Amino acid sequence: MCGIVGLLIKRTEFRQQLGTLICPMISCMGTRGPDSAGLAVFQEPLPADQRRFALFSAQSGFDWADLERRFAADTDTACQVDALERHAALISTIPVDQFTDWLGDTQPGLHLLSVGRSIDVYKDEGHPRDIADRYQFQRMTGTHAVAHTRMATESSVSPQHAHPFTAGQDFCLVHNGSLSNPYSIRRSLEKRGIAFETDNDTEAGCRYLEWRMREGDGLEQAIQHAFSALDGFFTFLMATDERMVLVRDAFACKPAVVAETDDYVAVGSEFRSLAHLPEIASARVYEPQPEQIYSWTV
Amino acid sequence: MDGVKHDRLKQLDLADLSVRDVNQYLHRELPTDPPDRVDILNPDGLHSIAAGMDHDVQIDIRGHAGYFTAGMNKKANVTIHGNVGWSVAENIMSGCVRVQGHASECAAACGHGGLVVIEGDASSRCGISMKGCEIVVAGSVGHFSAFMAQAGTLVVCGDAGKHLGDSLYEATLYVGGRLYGLGADAREEEMQDADLRTVERLLAAAGIDGDAAGFKRVASARGLYHWNADAHQEY
Repeated sequence: MCGIVGLLIKRTEFRQQLGTLICPMISCMGTRGPDSAGLAVFQEPLPADQRRFALFSAQSGFDWADLERRFAADTDTACQVDALERHAALISTIPVDQFTDWLGDTQPGLHLLSVGRSIDVYKDEGHPRDIADRYQFQRMTGTHAVAHTRMATESSVSPQHAHPFTAGQDFCLVHNGSLSNPYSIRRSLEKRGIAFETDNDTEAGCRYLEWRMREGDGLEQAIQHAFSALDGFFTFLMATDERMVLVRDAFACKPAVVAETDDYVAVGSEFRSLAHLPEIASARVYEPQPEQIYSWTV
Repeated sequence: MDGVKHDRLKQLDLADLSVRDVNQYLHRELPTDPPDRVDILNPDGLHSIAAGMDHDVQIDIRGHAGYFTAGMNKKANVTIHGNVGWSVAENIMSGCVRVQGHASECAAACGHGGLVVIEGDASSRCGISMKGCEIVVAGSVGHFSAFMAQAGTLVVCGDAGKHLGDSLYEATLYVGGRLYGLGADAREEEMQDADLRTVERLLAAAGIDGDAAGFKRVASARGLYHWNADAHQEY
């Protein structure tokens, strides 16, 4: 059992309240996933030549100011680092491949959580409510966010195994369920040179979808391929810089509820995670159908 | 407030009380000094509200409720003025549970008796393993409804999703709309006069308009009752 939540703001004024609105959703779903949690937030995109690299330190007390200095010295590129606890967002014009090479060569204790112009990802171990407090989720602003509360059933409890998973740029996925064939998916992708960071089943699903999109599929086509390729149970909530997308497998035994108003679209594993949202009493509340793709654009 | 002028109304607000507080009142205090009606406010998707009732009383849950609402209900009439999560009226024994909105998965699962009315749609696995209760759904039901249903009656005024009545025993299913596919060992059978009367009786009991003549009957072909080694798992 895990919890997933997502919130896409339609009304521009509400974007300042994204964090305030989604925090109770995450805390509420702590009962479905108390061991770790994560959040992907999408903000106004950076200029086309810049990327935000979300980083996580395996050790507490990491010297983020020193990282900024070392990055500038090693790469001869300027950067800006916004750090909080074990998380930092490093913004730079450095090419992505060059950044990941530098990170791998010089920073073995750091884990790259996301790359993109809009996305920032936070994840850590502990109760979702504590993680939301630790990383000040209530202060988040942006167009949309997806989050996950994890009760691990198939791989270890660690910040790396927490969701959201990301692949490529400005793409993430949170998952309630379990895949039965992640290793065969993984082997087929590894043959194509795609590297994995964990043994988590969701990472296989995430990298499969991103690989399909790099092969030329739109997200809908990639999902259609995934319906055939992925065996197991899933409610997937995905986000790109432009969209939030929800699907459930053919059996649909992992729950989801959607609430839509003129101001927002909210997704939760259970209705109670949405009950505090404004105008919820007049929202259109419905359960997504199996193997239907629900997509909302920013 | 609606209702009879001199009704004794007990109001319980889940904004102030826990579900445990509410259910302990319903189980322990209510039978000693029963009101005519109980209003439960601000359910906000909470689970197990009014589960385990064993008293003849009208309970109104005013809003969307969570999982296992009115589970194991005996004697009580429970109306949910909104949607419900998974397994509403699970294992209902008697009384009536009415959902004015939509119901999520496994509505009335394992129900032994009583009546469950869903005025909107019910999701997948509605009436799974039902054992004698009666279910009337004004809208449609999702896939695998009445899976392994053993006894009782399911009336669906709208459409029924794929695999209806898979591995069905002796429950009878009536569908007014489209059948998207029957499960293993379920088959469509001709409506008889007794079937028409059953559908009419249940629609009337549920207070739902409908013409029994348009319904289809689905029951077990009983092919799974005996192991057939030559079937090669093809049913």
